[in-house]
Amino acid sequence: MTQYLFQQIINGLALGSLYALVAIGFSMIYGIVRLINFAHGDLVMIGSFSTLALVAAGIPWPLILLFVLAVGAMAGMMIETVVFRPMRGSSQVTGFIATLAVSIAIQNSALMVLTGQPRNFLFPAYMRQRLELGGVSASLTDIIIIVLTLLLIAGLFLIVYRTRLGTAMRATAENLTAARLMGVAVNRTILAAFAIGSALAAVSGLFWGGKFGQIDPLLGFVPGLKAFVACVIGGVGSIGGAMMGGYILGLAEVLFVGLLPQEYSGYRDTFVFLLLIVILLVRPSGLFVRQSGERA
Amino acid sequence: MSDVKTEQMQPHSTDGKMNMQGPIAVVGVIALGASMVFLAGQGLSSYVITLLALLFINAALAVSLTLTNGLTGLFSLGHPAFMTIGAYVAAILTFSARRKGSMLPALPEWLATTELSMLPALLIAGIAGGLVALAVGGAVLRLKGHYLAVATLGLIIVVQGLATNWDGITRGGSGISGLPRHVDIWWAFAFLVVVVFVTWRIKFSSLGRAMMAVRENELAAECSGINASRLKILAFVIGAIMAAMAGALLSHLISVVTPKTYSVLLAFNIVVMVVIGGSGSIFGAIVAATAITILSESLRPVEESIGLYGMSQVIVALCLIIVLYLKPSGLFGSNEPRSLRKLFGQRV
Repeated sequence: MTQYLFQQIINGLALGSLYALVAIGFSMIYGIVRLINFAHGDLVMIGSFSTLALVAAGIPWPLILLFVLAVGAMAGMMIETVVFRPMRGSSQVTGFIATLAVSIAIQNSALMVLTGQPRNFLFPAYMRQRLELGGVSASLTDIIIIVLTLLLIAGLFLIVYRTRLGTAMRATAENLTAARLMGVAVNRTILAAFAIGSALAAVSGLFWGGKFGQIDPLLGFVPGLKAFVACVIGGVGSIGGAMMGGYILGLAEVLFVGLLPQEYSGYRDTFVFLLLIVILLVRPSGLFVRQSGERA
Repeated sequence: MSDVKTEQMQPHSTDGKMNMQGPIAVVGVIALGASMVFLAGQGLSSYVITLLALLFINAALAVSLTLTNGLTGLFSLGHPAFMTIGAYVAAILTFSARRKGSMLPALPEWLATTELSMLPALLIAGIAGGLVALAVGGAVLRLKGHYLAVATLGLIIVVQGLATNWDGITRGGSGISGLPRHVDIWWAFAFLVVVVFVTWRIKFSSLGRAMMAVRENELAAECSGINASRLKILAFVIGAIMAAMAGALLSHLISVVTPKTYSVLLAFNIVVMVVIGGSGSIFGAIVAATAITILSESLRPVEESIGLYGMSQVIVALCLIIVLYLKPSGLFGSNEPRSLRKLFGQRV
């Protein structure tokens, strides 16, 4: 039983890492431009297909990671400049519909180019072996995902709390107009937030393929929605909250499937979204954010 | 509903005198439409007729969402959830009792032996959708803006999950196929007429003005004596009833319902119709629904011949972005064209 539980927890942390990477970008973008970027999930798909292409081109894995970060950043910056910058200042709902449209456009463009056929995706054998440690075993893929995610998040926190760019981001998130008056280059800061957030989502796509073994052009949709759930759990707009939300969601989902009888496992998504609705109702500003007077 | 009526301001001048022009125009327009549908039934191929029926139902869906999203400003994406509920309820009611025993083994005895015709099934489907909306609405309508949108999106996934996993009642992922094809173009036309009529009447009444007041500024509306939360639930429930009925009709038109028949993509398409038409404009919703249905249906053969599936959806999405960019309030804003209002005797 402990063996089983241990595996479930590792599994949940790995899944949680995937959600956390997407949720952090989601939360950063929301924090700065107050926009729920629906197209964010599709960067996961872009990340996993670029990985597939890079593997086919024979690039070594450490470089692939860097390339995927770059691809995600570029895609995010492109989306921001082409679609969201012209819409800045319009109402929240308008922005939301626009992001939904971008998401549908990305998904269907990918369908056009790549067809709906799922592709197999494999990490090399040495990354897929199982690790034995004192009677318990875990998959190396999961461990790699967890460790790399924590490293990336640590890097992100360094950027946000130790650099000028990070200070500018936090200032812009606090109050865009005031930040602009203080000489922050707001447009550049927003662009950077999109770039960093999208890069993390793309890496999540790299991991997604490695963990689940199959990818298709529509794979980004559900992680995108679940990342939103993770954000809501942690408090939309907070980076640390998004990270915690991601891990809580990953663990909750895995434990829901792992500890309940088999016939309930089909209800995992139902469970996740019921969780969302309950949290929105009970603590709309999230578990890790001080309750403010304003309601969601 | 009742308290809004009693608290209304001075009755609007429309109903003051016996003005027969409006009702005559309504009957005239319906008769004109009906004769066109009749002529279509004589001359056109069955493919085109089915397409027209689809168009009517899409237009009705867009109009019903206009009530919820456009007039009241509740940004709900939950229409497919209610459509799925309505479709399954109606499907179970109309499905032949002979085959139910083997295909849907978990149905309770009384349901397994019932076999209704379309109209009662349709009404019960609408009621079921409305009841679910009532139960869910009390909770989710406390959320605003995009939080509500995502919560209702979650509702779609919850409903899909239930439909996929509740094997004995819904036949799981394979869905219920071979439904009786009760629905033809006349059903779709009648449904569109009813939906437009109801929505139009609501829009040009004190109820509709109260809804628009809530949309513009909820706090100010509350201050002038409107019970905003009750009004929001009302708009949500009416929209859901219409959506559930549309789902029942659509699934009996194509004679199949699966958990994925009514998806998030459909929610997006209906929202696009509402936004392009102009949030709150009934006429705009119909025009946009017509344009988008024709666009995506006429692109379908092109997609198939060159193998570029998804192209029509990319085009729809781009159209939406362009409209949002150039004319964020949509083609008709929140209004109906002046000529139509005059024709039906409304002075707003």
